[in-house]
Formats: sequence, structure tokens, C-alpha cells
Amino acid sequence: MNYLWAFLVGGGICVVGQLLIDYTKLSPARVLTGYVVTGVVLSAVGWYKPLAELAGAGASVPLLGFGHLLAQGVMKAVDEMGLPGIFTGGICAAAGGITASLVFALLAALLGKSKDQS
Amino acid sequence: MKLNPKQYDQMVKKASPPSPVLKDCLWAFFVGGGICLMGEALRNFYLMWYDKELAGTLTSITLVFLSAVTTMLGWYQKLAAHAGAGTLVPITGFANSVVSPAIEFKAEGWVTGVGSKIFNIAGPVIAFGTLASWVWGLLYWAMGKF
Repeated sequence: MNYLWAFLVGGGICVVGQLLIDYTKLSPARVLTGYVVTGVVLSAVGWYKPLAELAGAGASVPLLGFGHLLAQGVMKAVDEMGLPGIFTGGICAAAGGITASLVFALLAALLGKSKDQS
Repeated sequence: MKLNPKQYDQMVKKASPPSPVLKDCLWAFFVGGGICLMGEALRNFYLMWYDKELAGTLTSITLVFLSAVTTMLGWYQKLAAHAGAGTLVPITGFANSVVSPAIEFKAEGWVTGVGSKIFNIAGPVIAFGTLASWVWGLLYWAMGKF
């Protein structure tokens, strides 16, 4: 059952992104940035958590989930250390994905050859 | 024959191929859903040993790794040509946006080429995401004071 929801919710979130691209001509960078910020907002008003519990990776894998992670992380840090937490909580919670992207990208650059994009 | 812009629009619509939007959306749905399904399988696998938070982080790292490998082989771009947002919106798309310029701009040097170009898309995503979380953290902190 969890798998079905992961597929449906994850697919649905991607369809919304596709509609944005097809109808508004937003560039990929804008779509991704918009998704992360929207994810922070949805998480802040408390709507994203129930979705994440229902759909698991269907909610956490799309970039909305990245925003959710930032919002949850900053709340946890504020609970633990008060005001300074607003400077550490967000990126700290998202550090795994960011660091993995950067490190694997640099390794890929080391190993890979740039080739014709055609 | 004389045409007003509205009639012309209709003629263009008739002459152009059937709307690609539905096809785009089906591709996005099945590929995006499929990537999330793979994520859910990974998450359940990691949940056998770790708590929810760590399992989620490990799932992200694994998906990023798979995206880096398939980007290096040129497969991810091929899939993305059809899947559009289905390959863009998941974290694998974020990873692809970092790995792809890293390889492409190697010729321009490690610092000004690779080092700066990897943030082409990831930069704004991280910057505005961080700002949003900072603002929310401030609000959340203030809410706790009253």
C-alpha cells in the first residue's frame, strides 16, 4: 500500500512540474527553486508532514521534500538551542543530499570525459 | 482571405500536431513515480537497520549516487529528453544538475569551470531554500515566545 502511494504521489508531484514547464515556460532552475521554497512553506503550515507519512519517498524524493527537510530541520534546531538554531537547522538536515551531490559530481568530473551532447 | 488573430490561432492549432502536453504528463508521471517507487524500496530497505531520519538521508544519498553514475554514462539525459519534469523534480534531477556541468565544464578548469558551474542550478535552489528555512525558523522561534 505504501508503495502504491509513493508511486501515485511522487508521480503526481512530477506532473504538476511538467504542467508548469509546458504552460508557463519556467526554466528548470526556476521550477526546482520554486519547489524547494514551496516545500518549506507547505511544511511550515503543517500540510507536508501528513503527506510524507502517507507516501514516504513519494513525498520526500521530489524537491518539495527537500524543502520539507529544511523546515523540519530548522524547527528541531530551534527546539534544541533556541534562536541560533535558525542558522544551522536547515542546511544541517539537508546536508546528506547536498554533500552527496557535490562529492559525486566532483568524482564524476575526475573520471568522466566531456563528450558531445548531441 | 482575411483573418483576424483569433481565426489564425485556430488554424495554427488545427495544423499543429496533437497537444504534446498529455504525452509529457504521462511520461513525467510514470518516470517520476517510478523514481519515487525506487526511493520507497530503498527507504524500506534502510529502515530495517536505521531510524526514519537516517533511512531518509541514506535513501537520498543512494539516489544521488545512482543519478551521478547514470549521468556520467549519458543515460540520465536520454531519459530526461522524454520524461521532462519526471526526471527533473526528484532529487535525482537535482543531482543531475550538479553532476552534468561538473563533467561538461572540466575543460574550463577545476575552480572557475567545475567548481563554480556545479552551482548553476543547485546554487539558487540551496540559497532560496536556506533563506526560506531561516525565515520559517525565525517565525517558529518567535511563535514559541508568545
